[in-house]
Amino acid sequence: MAELQLRDIRKSFGAFDVIKGVSMDIRAGEFMVFVGPSGCGKSTLLRLIAGLEEISSGTLAFDGEVVNHLVPSKRGIAMVFQSYALYPHMTVFENMAFGMQLAGKDKEQCRKRVEAAAEMLQLTPYLERLPRQLSGGQRQRVAIGRAIVRDPKVFLFDEPLSNLDAALRVATRIEIARLHRSMHKTTMIYVTHDQVEAMTLADRICVLRDGRVEQIGTPLELYENPNSVFVAGFIGSPKMNFLSGPFAALYEAETIGIRAEHLEIAEDGQWAGTVIHSEMLGSDSYIYLDIGAGEPVIVRENGTSRHQPGETVRILPEAGQIHSFDAAGRSIGRHIMRGAA
Amino acid sequence: MTDLTVADARAALAHPSHINSDLKAQRVRSAWVFLAPTLMVLALVAGWPLVRTIYFSFTDASLTNLGGAEFVGFQNYLSWITLKSGRTIYKGLLADPAWWNAVWNTLKFTVISVSIETALGLVVALVLNAHFPGRGLVRAAILIPWAIPTIVSAKMWAWMLNDQFGILNEIFVGLGLISQKIAWTASPDTAMVAVLIVDVWKTTPFMALLILAGLQMVPIDIYEAAKIDGVHPIRVFWRVTLPLIRPALMVAVIFRMLDALRIFDLIYVLTPNNAQTKTMSVLARENLFDFDKFAYGAAASTMLFLIIASITVLYMWFGRVNFEGGER
Repeated sequence: MAELQLRDIRKSFGAFDVIKGVSMDIRAGEFMVFVGPSGCGKSTLLRLIAGLEEISSGTLAFDGEVVNHLVPSKRGIAMVFQSYALYPHMTVFENMAFGMQLAGKDKEQCRKRVEAAAEMLQLTPYLERLPRQLSGGQRQRVAIGRAIVRDPKVFLFDEPLSNLDAALRVATRIEIARLHRSMHKTTMIYVTHDQVEAMTLADRICVLRDGRVEQIGTPLELYENPNSVFVAGFIGSPKMNFLSGPFAALYEAETIGIRAEHLEIAEDGQWAGTVIHSEMLGSDSYIYLDIGAGEPVIVRENGTSRHQPGETVRILPEAGQIHSFDAAGRSIGRHIMRGAA
Repeated sequence: MTDLTVADARAALAHPSHINSDLKAQRVRSAWVFLAPTLMVLALVAGWPLVRTIYFSFTDASLTNLGGAEFVGFQNYLSWITLKSGRTIYKGLLADPAWWNAVWNTLKFTVISVSIETALGLVVALVLNAHFPGRGLVRAAILIPWAIPTIVSAKMWAWMLNDQFGILNEIFVGLGLISQKIAWTASPDTAMVAVLIVDVWKTTPFMALLILAGLQMVPIDIYEAAKIDGVHPIRVFWRVTLPLIRPALMVAVIFRMLDALRIFDLIYVLTPNNAQTKTMSVLARENLFDFDKFAYGAAASTMLFLIIASITVLYMWFGRVNFEGGER
């Protein structure tokens, strides 16, 4: 069980500021996901927590104890790397036992812990293999196993699924979620650029942008009440539709945003547009409409769409689902009224 | 692209029975077309001289009469006559103490120089692999000894080691390390040491560079994983770094060993005519050109070739070196 307090953490490489003052509390046993576009500093923040990089200023505390100057191995953490970082010349067993053996742990105890972790991750048949004889998914499980064996207070994941193919990514994601349930006392911090991973795994998500925290909240809080255009656009797929100019002026906002599922095609719709493209996914369809705004508006329909490109349709936003933002991109609330007054 | 073609060709050549389609026949044909120029050049510049040398070693050829050489069998290697008194006199290279002295000198030189160069090269490579300001400059600077032609560095060191005017004697006497000036390159006690010093100075950078290339193949995050595992850096070196750079290290040692076994120029310039440093190559050249015992020299050259070839084969066998990279 460990609770993390980050207070005004900053990190610069030379004159280049990567983390520009991050403060947050990560609760004990929580699954926290750092998400953001590449270059936002999420991996650096994780490496600061791990102790692989030195914090330039600010304090990092585990359970109230400042750990800024502790080496990684003394922080009670374990880390899973994007590239797995397995020792290529050691078997799966040796990879998992290496740290423990050198820490002078009892051999028998060591073996038991490795076997327990292997059992948990279905790696038992592969214990004597070398990493190169395993598939990508298996290697990632070994990396996770090596972390489990350390029995960490804080479990760190640095984009662990990026090197896996789509099917394996979903399977491993489920495995990590299961792992979190079975290790409910372990705090987990997970870095990803994939908002789907963030939504599906997180207890809370921290959206980072340009070295600062943009918003922290549960996945649904972020989805339903994004506090900025950035978060609104980053969370959710397809991306939220943004309208500005005269469309937004009606709502006394600089920009308004409506998600694709909150628009419906209706005779008495508020805006008219031409169908320019449609994507049929089977379960639902995405219709791309040109309503005279800068970018096409995406509308979701259940099942298969009947609308053909070139057709003109009207669309209606769902009541209370229009997000409005000011000129700085900050949220100024959601409109309860259906359509404009 | 080229690698692929050569690898494919090699695979195809290794299994001729599998060639059953026109496509494969076509690939084999093009492989031969690509290989032919290299094979021809190799045959001309390496194969032909080697065959000639081996041939001459079985004749009584002399430098002035190469054309009229006659076959004499193994006489240059070993022959014996039994005198009337019953005493048997052995002649030939294998019975020549000078030859065995040269073999011993060469092996001694090879083992000592390659060991020191490997150890030092590893240290230098580890330092150059670390991040510090001015690393690029240091990397370039360290190559200078290797870039200087051997003859030049041998002459340079000959002056520094000079018994009368050499700077080394000056410094050592000044520091009180030695009581009187030493004739480094001429004295039987120090000649080999002098040669070793210069060779280590000259070729450690080469070793360091080859090892550095191996070090740079080791992914950084493995070290980070070890850091999180809390493994002591010295342990990391022995348990992680060393096993991972072993293939590169083995290749570097082979290269250096082949070079050291045929050492000639440094010794020829630095310590000419010194029994303590005379190596197989120096002895072969002496016989070929100075003593007008061309066939005898050819026999020494052939033996040198056989010794180098067998040591290399043994080394590769025991080390199970894989030139394709990676372990085995």
